[in-house]
Amino acid sequence: LIGLEHVLVVAALLFSIGLYVALTRRNAVGVLMGIELMLNSVNLNLVGFARFIEAPNPIDGQVFAVFVITVAAAEASVALALAVAVYRLRQTIDVDRLNLLRW
Amino acid sequence: VDQPAVIVAFYVLAILTLGSALMVGLVRDLIHAVLFLILSFVGVAGLYITLSADFVAVVQILIYAGAVSVLMLFAILLTPRSSRDNAGVSYRAPLSVVAGLVGAIVVFVGLQTDWLVSEDERYDETAREIGLALLDPYVLPFEVASVLLVIAMIGAIVLVRPGSEGES
Repeated sequence: LIGLEHVLVVAALLFSIGLYVALTRRNAVGVLMGIELMLNSVNLNLVGFARFIEAPNPIDGQVFAVFVITVAAAEASVALALAVAVYRLRQTIDVDRLNLLRW
Repeated sequence: VDQPAVIVAFYVLAILTLGSALMVGLVRDLIHAVLFLILSFVGVAGLYITLSADFVAVVQILIYAGAVSVLMLFAILLTPRSSRDNAGVSYRAPLSVVAGLVGAIVVFVGLQTDWLVSEDERYDETAREIGLALLDPYVLPFEVASVLLVIAMIGAIVLVRPGSEGES
């Protein structure tokens, strides 16, 4: 029997893995991969709530998940364009070496 | 959704998703990381299907496994030196402790909270319901999302256009 708790545990584990990836990768594209994993875990939570939670209009969770996917796609395109632009300027997208704004 | 096949599918897909997500963090080559990321996205789409969210699953396959991962592959291939030299990782041990702590707290809170679970079976097909919801209560966010997508597209084109500022 699959319950809400199963979905929550899977999503929480996926979130922590995404956090680990986003924190440890030094390449900007790798950091973006971790962020996408975290967004996916949040979407999994939303869809799980839409399936299991008592609500007057339970489809709202899935609508919200669709909006999150939309915003994530926009965010990914802008972030990758930024990565390419920064690479042209500095020949690197290592986030440890992009310290122009650090005092 | 309580048939044994669905339960088995849920566990297999959960293991697939979490395992390939873990491999994203462990492999050194960024191209391999993107391939594992695609596998993880497909696993999440399968989990959506077991949760009877077929429309969101299709959107997930189309946008994440199709578009976003191809964008990432392009970004990696357009920044060749960086993906070869700086593909490594730093501070593995302390940061894995931090991530594990966050995950443990979220699991604890999720299991402790008394959720208002309903037992009724729902959603034979969701595409119609989502369409109605997008056009009746959520028209304004829907339109704002389309404006956001146009702005993101124009911004991405301006940022990487040859001859723009930074191309020196």
